[in-house]
This record gives sequence, C-alpha cells and structure tokens, in this order.
Amino acid sequence: MSKKQTKEITESTIILPEDIKKEYTILNLGPTHPATHGIFQNILKMDGEKIVEAESTVGYIHRAFEKLAERKAYYQITPYTDRLNYCSAPLNNLGWHMAVEKLIGAEIPKRVQYMRVIIMELARIIDHIICNSVIGVDTGALTGFVYMFQQREFVYDIFEEICGARLTTNIGRIGGFERDFSPKVWKKIEQFLKEFPKVLAEFESLFVRNRIFMDRTIGCGAISAEKALSYGFTGPNLRATGIDYDVRVMNPYSSYEDFDFIIPVGTQGDTYDRFMVREEEMKQSLSIIRQALDKMPEGPFHADLPEFYLPEKQDVYSKMEALIYQFKIVMGENDVPVGEIYHAIEAANGELGFYIISDGGRTPYRLHFRRPCFIYYQAYTEMIKGAMLSDAILTMSSLNVIAGELDA
Amino acid sequence: MLISQSVQEKLINEINEHFQDALVKHEVLYDMFTITLKREAVAPLIRHLYNHEEFKFKFLTNLCGLHYPNQKNQELGLMYQLHSFENNYRIRIKTFFPINDPVIATVTDIFNAANWMERQEYDFFGIEFKGHPNLKRILNVDDMTIFPMRKEYPAEDQARKDKNDIMFGR
Repeated sequence: MSKKQTKEITESTIILPEDIKKEYTILNLGPTHPATHGIFQNILKMDGEKIVEAESTVGYIHRAFEKLAERKAYYQITPYTDRLNYCSAPLNNLGWHMAVEKLIGAEIPKRVQYMRVIIMELARIIDHIICNSVIGVDTGALTGFVYMFQQREFVYDIFEEICGARLTTNIGRIGGFERDFSPKVWKKIEQFLKEFPKVLAEFESLFVRNRIFMDRTIGCGAISAEKALSYGFTGPNLRATGIDYDVRVMNPYSSYEDFDFIIPVGTQGDTYDRFMVREEEMKQSLSIIRQALDKMPEGPFHADLPEFYLPEKQDVYSKMEALIYQFKIVMGENDVPVGEIYHAIEAANGELGFYIISDGGRTPYRLHFRRPCFIYYQAYTEMIKGAMLSDAILTMSSLNVIAGELDA
Repeated sequence: MLISQSVQEKLINEINEHFQDALVKHEVLYDMFTITLKREAVAPLIRHLYNHEEFKFKFLTNLCGLHYPNQKNQELGLMYQLHSFENNYRIRIKTFFPINDPVIATVTDIFNAANWMERQEYDFFGIEFKGHPNLKRILNVDDMTIFPMRKEYPAEDQARKDKNDIMFGR
C-alpha cells in the first residue's frame, strides 16, 4: 500500500471567492411567460439567482394605431383607444373624446362632465384592483385576488349597463353619452359604493401589515424621485417616490376642480409604497364618486353638437337636417377645424396624452399617444439590476405595465 | 395649460439672449405656447431650460416626429413637450429639417426618458439622433427597411383588390 500523500497547505492553495471563475447564465424571460402578465421579453444575465444585467424587448403586440388613425374619422378612433390600457378602457375612451372636444371647441354640459368623472373613477378603481391584487398573487397570496376580482366584475356590470360592453367598452360619444344612465346604473353604483369599502378593508387586513408581504415588498424595486422624474414616471409610480404630480389637480379637466380629494404620496418609491398609494387612491376615487353623485346636476346628457353627435333616430326618419347629419357623421365626413392640441388625463398608470394635429380634413393629420407605460417601462432594466429574479417579477407587476399601452 | 403672457415674453427674451437667430417663430396653438427653433439650438435650449433657475423644465412629457412632404427642405420635424412641475408651465418646442439629412442632437443625456422616445421616432420616421446610446428599432421588426410613419406609405386601402385572401375574405 502506498503511503497517503498529504499536501501541505500553503497560501497559494487557498481558494478565495474572487478566484472562482464566474459563470453567468442567460435567462430568456418572456415573451410569453405566465408570470409577466403580458407580452414582454427580458433577456437577463444571471449570477445564480441575481440579475446582473437585463435587456428588454418590446413591440410584440404593436398594432400601428397612430398610422391606422390617419385613415379613420375621429369617432372611429375611439375603439382603438380601448386597446391601449385595456384594464381601464373607459379612461382612454373618455380622454380621447375630451381631446377631440377640445379640438372642435365643444362646450360640454356639467352633467356629462360629472357622469364622466364617475366612470373614470370607477375605471381607475378597477385598474388599481388588478394591479394590487396581482402584486398579492406574485407574492403568493391568491385569496385577495379572488375577492377583489368579484368587485371588478361588478364594475364591469355597471359598464355593461351603461354602454353594452365590458372590457373594451367604447363608452360614450364625442359630446357626451348615447343615453342617460338608467335607474339600474345609479342603483348599482350606490351598491358598489356600499359594498366595495368592506372588501377593500378585508383586502387591506390581509396585506398591509402582513409580515411576509412587507418583507417581500419593502425595498423591492425602489427608485428615487430624481431618477423617476428623469425616466418620465407619472401616476401612482411617480407619487410613490414622493412627488405629488397629478394631472387632475395640475390641469383639471372634466370639472375635477369641483371635487375635494387628496393625492396620496409615498416616500421610498418601492413596491410597498406603490401598493399603498394605489390603495389610498381607490379610497379617494370612492370619495370622488360619492361627491359626484351628491352634486349631480340636472341637464342634458350630451352637448349640442349636431355635426358630431348623432341625432335622435326618430328625427332621422322625419327631419331632413337630422338625416343629413346622421349620414355625414356615420361616413365621417365632418371636417374638424385646423389646429394642434395636446390633451392629458390622469389615467390609471399616469399621464395619458393625446397629441392631435388636424389639417382640417376628416381624419387627424398626425396623432400621437403619450402612453405612460411606454415611457416608464424603460426604467425597468435599471430597477431590477442586482435584484433577485422573483423580485423582478414583483417589480413588474407593481409598475402595472400593460402590454397594450406599451406597444400601441 | 397655457402660460401667461409675461412668462411667454420672458421665455422669448431668454432664447433671444442666449441663442441668437435660433428662434424661427412662436405662437399660441389652442392652449399651448409653441416655439419653433432651428435644429442646432434644440438640445442646448432644452438643457438651458432644464438648468434654468426660474423655469425648471425638468420633465419631458412627450416627443414625437412629424412629416410634412410639401414643405421644401423642412419635410421632417420633431415636437418636444416640456413641463415644469414647480411652476406648472407647459411648452412645446418644434423643429424642422430636410428629409435627406434627418440628423439632430439627442436629449438622452438630459432625460433618461428620451431614450425610448427617440428610438420610437427613429423607428417610425428615420430621424437619427446624434449621440444616442442605443439607436435601433423598437416597436417594428429589426430587418424592416422603411420608416412606416412617413406619409409616402399610406395605410392599407380598404378597397384594394390585388390581395386574394381566401381565409379572411376581403
């Protein structure tokens, strides 16, 4: 038997951590990954479970809305706006109507503005429901999601009662609404205002002071206020960093100046703050709806805009003028004034802007959507650098990136 | 959204003082004060307004390309929209340049947000941003050879007959 050789330990034989040759793994997250809720591709360079570098590719559901819109009459563009942020389609629809009304210089009755505020706030609530309950799902808590989605379904019922559609609503018309809210709608809104706070309180008791949830979200995907501004953040994501920018207050539209509400802000700009800002915004939205219901003025449900608002069907059969207008509107042959406008609304994800250049024809000469998702999603690769893979998923869901709005 | 008359005048004086002959025209379009500039002055002016003590235009709201085929030597254009949160001023800056020389200085070194916005305008209008860190197509496929938002590419004619699509009909 040979003698066992013992090696002497010298300084050169000790392996230090920096001597180990690092091997990175390339992980292709997406484009159709169940955890990313949409079509996003991120190519991640991983060191174990840590992300070293990331690169995102977008454009998988690009549908060229801006080009298509150059062939369509203004009222025909509304269904395209449905498909921007499809989680809160009414916000986009009404924002578009308001942009066109600004271009043609229409005066909108107070009642229509208040009705719009109700719909927009309902849409904001259901968008925040999606975002916040999905944060819960991504941290491993499915329960809250199910209960909150029941309420979301209820708001869909309200939309269905108003316009006949649920997800891609095409709600309202240029100049107002196609019909007044039915008594059933008012009843359902009241019922929602009564029931939703209870569900929301239950949801909060599941999450807000939950140790696991807090450990998981505090400090995850944080961004500083300066960085967020530079990256063009708007909406709840910007407010979570501590900047109280809200289009509803800065440049009020649709009579938002009549309502009393608070802009919630965070401090750290992390996932927990974004969650909390959205929670508080839902409560503020409820309060705005309550105020709008209490102050609801009497009056017509549409503006006096014969060139853009379809006449009563009865008149079309009996009056020549109404028939002419009906024909011209449906064919989209009404010219709009020459002009250039930018109209911004506070959508659920931030400042949704419509930039229209009109050369006086039936279609916009150039239309550009300022999509909040597209602008702030570019910060994502920087936000997840150095984080764990599971935190990257959580960061994405807390940013509430919607693929339809990203790619337009 | 419109800024007051006195602020407008102050802005114009500021531009005339620091950037001689750069101002082409200024106007009020609906509720937005719009300045048209020569392209060399755009990026320096945006940086100047960003660092300015009073105006503080620290937010780039929007950036979009424009194409007017009938404007001789001024076919392509860009629109920038700046916002000062502190004062709640919004302004629009426009610039035009020839289509065979679509080059303009980038503003990505001022605003991180401009990165994808500029890539989008490169993608759709073929405007090249000098100094951009990663100028490649973003929404369209990489091997596309045209710039589809230019006016010479009309959206598909609904009544075209040259396509024989049995599955979806036409």
